[in-house]
Amino acid sequence: MNINVASSTRVKSAARAKLAIADCDLHPAPNGLKELHPYLDERWHRHLEMFGTLRRHGYQQGPAYPKGQPEAMRRDSWPPDGSRPGSRLGFMQWQHLDPNNVELGVLTPISPHPGGFQNAEMSAAFCRAVNDWQKAEWTQKDSRLRASITVPYEHGELAVGEIERRADDPEFVQVFLLSRTAAPIGQRRYWPMFEAAVRANRPVAIHAFGFGGFPITGGGWPSFYLEEMTGHAQCCQSQVTSLVLEGVFERFPTLRVVFIEGGFAWLPSLAWRLDRHWKKLKSETPHLERLPSEYIRDHIWVTTQPMEEPRSAGHLIDVCEWIGWDKILFATDYPHWDFDNPAQCLPPALTEEQRGRIFLENARSFYGMN
Amino acid sequence: MAKHVVAAVEALPPGSRKLVDVDGRPIVIFNVKGEYFALRNRCPHQGGNLYEGKLTGLITSPEPGRYEYSRQGEILRCPWHGWEFDIRTGKSCIDPTRIRVKSYPVDVECGRHLVEGPYVAETVPVTVEAEYVVVDV
Repeated sequence: MNINVASSTRVKSAARAKLAIADCDLHPAPNGLKELHPYLDERWHRHLEMFGTLRRHGYQQGPAYPKGQPEAMRRDSWPPDGSRPGSRLGFMQWQHLDPNNVELGVLTPISPHPGGFQNAEMSAAFCRAVNDWQKAEWTQKDSRLRASITVPYEHGELAVGEIERRADDPEFVQVFLLSRTAAPIGQRRYWPMFEAAVRANRPVAIHAFGFGGFPITGGGWPSFYLEEMTGHAQCCQSQVTSLVLEGVFERFPTLRVVFIEGGFAWLPSLAWRLDRHWKKLKSETPHLERLPSEYIRDHIWVTTQPMEEPRSAGHLIDVCEWIGWDKILFATDYPHWDFDNPAQCLPPALTEEQRGRIFLENARSFYGMN
Repeated sequence: MAKHVVAAVEALPPGSRKLVDVDGRPIVIFNVKGEYFALRNRCPHQGGNLYEGKLTGLITSPEPGRYEYSRQGEILRCPWHGWEFDIRTGKSCIDPTRIRVKSYPVDVECGRHLVEGPYVAETVPVTVEAEYVVVDV
């Protein structure tokens, strides 16, 4: 009699999503900053070696709050050679792009996003390097991928320079910054960046995180990572409010802004609150011609991950209805630990049309790829 | 239910785990301090591979400022979102009555009994002298 031991299998990829998807928050990372050396003048190699990178964050190495998993990564996302999650295209293709049927992947490099480096020249040099690296190592090697114009967002004229450098390159689809800025993002110091984005016909993407130098909630420094995760909604609300009330959308009527990884269920209630107060205080912001909610409805897009999870999916659908089914872009956040699996994360109650828009069609039209 | 031989005992020492395919079902077998457990290799939340999960303990708190850490090595954290499961029952810590991973009984059988059957054969020969980990699926 021949009795056998059950066969050991390789960890299988997630079930293939039924529909092709656009992943609008896909994180590549250099396997250490030295991988950026080929894209930097030697002057910066020496500088990095001697002084490191300074953020608006005081004397601390790494993030302010410990993460839910090591380095905030899926535990299964380390490539077999031990290099950093998100640093190897082949592994990303095998684990994510192929099995999850990603038709369009928008790269959002945040580890690091050099736009937050304190040294302005260094910020500009490293943003330029990250952009060259995205093109050389990612978009030119996989036609599904598109790059973000990583900008030194605290320094208007340097940000403009980087946007202009990429303006004629269709592989760069958006201007890209982090949400915790040194001042509310609608203020005049950031207008040259918005003006350049409009001139280059690119939307502006604002991704959660970064270091503004201030407490990460509106109520001071919290105790838990859970508060940081939830607090992104506060930060993004401040930024939406600033964009609207400073008149950025009056000044740049064709500007489109997408908020990435900040959630979105807060957006309708923020708009309602703004409308209520603005009706009484309109004279304080006479440059606004319309209700705040109207600017929001016309100019703000959001990505899905991490979606709020009300007990009744109907509540989430009501929120989507208000924001607009054309304004919601799908995102997984791969390879980060809070990755959303496209096969399972959208509410089952969505219609096929809504699902198709969120998964792919909205991103295609947002990024002008129809 | 049928019993499936999944490993020779010496191939699954304490602290190790093994991913097997039983009739198309991915199942992960754990040896925790000499006890064997088998769970479906799929997190009920969003489908993470539990084979890659970390075995940890149970943290409970009778009141703010006090905590207890118990059952070390018996709580499995999903490698993606960190949902936690009792390795003995497959029940989730967050909602044990509604959310659970499918778990399967595991035994150790000697090769002599296996040869007599009725066990499901797969790919590697069994000898009468050795002992084997068997999962009931």
